[in-house]
Amino acid sequence: MKAYFGRRYMISASHRLHAEQLTAEQNRAAYGKCNNPHGHGHNYTVEVLVGGNVAAETGMVVDLVALDEAVRGRIIERFDHANLNLDPMFADRVPTTENFCRAIFGLLKDALPAAKLETIRVEETENNFFECSAV
Amino acid sequence: MIFLTRRATFSASHFYWNEAWSAEKNQQVFGRCANRNGHGHNYTLEVTVAGEPDPVTGFVVDLKWLKDVMEREVLAAYDHKHLNLDAPEFKNQIPTTENIAIAAWQRLQPSITGAGGAKLSRIRVYETPEIFAEYRGEA
Repeated sequence: MKAYFGRRYMISASHRLHAEQLTAEQNRAAYGKCNNPHGHGHNYTVEVLVGGNVAAETGMVVDLVALDEAVRGRIIERFDHANLNLDPMFADRVPTTENFCRAIFGLLKDALPAAKLETIRVEETENNFFECSAV
Repeated sequence: MIFLTRRATFSASHFYWNEAWSAEKNQQVFGRCANRNGHGHNYTLEVTVAGEPDPVTGFVVDLKWLKDVMEREVLAAYDHKHLNLDAPEFKNQIPTTENIAIAAWQRLQPSITGAGGAKLSRIRVYETPEIFAEYRGEA
């Protein structure tokens, strides 16, 4: 029987939205206060949703400890208390939360024990969130 | 198509234990959740139904009706109960959050389908604010 399991993690990181291809004026117009030269930060909430069969023996879709290890090793240690713009992944990509969400999806999709990664949801603030799903 | 979700909370105790395994293996797989004296959570149940708004009322379903169905079919069985000992579906099945989501679906589906309007679309059960399981029925 297929079910989904979700877990939320917190990441505190800084970023600046600035596209090299745009002029200073265009950047200010496109990104507003997110273009502040010295950046700014958020407490991001990353929600990881995995899907799979509920194992008859355990009643579980995924081993929570293994999921935590994958997320800690691949995502939290890399991005928590970091400047996203300085991560190689964002060397030529603006660290909007859309791109951050896709980056996390890419880093986790082959790292999960047994279950399939279905959706990554990143909440940038209480009022903004972004989702990226398997196609 | 509109998806409409109603939330409710219930408080219950449970433990994880597979009778076919040794005590050591249960401890190893389930850790603190295998404590036979149990432990408890404040669960949040989210029930999502899908349908078209009624042309007269503008409702997908009557939310008071949905609340009553959730209380009768799920909360009456789970709230302030020990899931392993009080709910028949967990006599032979471990009350993980995944299995609670599936069991809540099975409890709710006959009433919601029987009403003939909106369809049951998704059940989400939060064990803590950070952990939830979701069931969308058989694909």
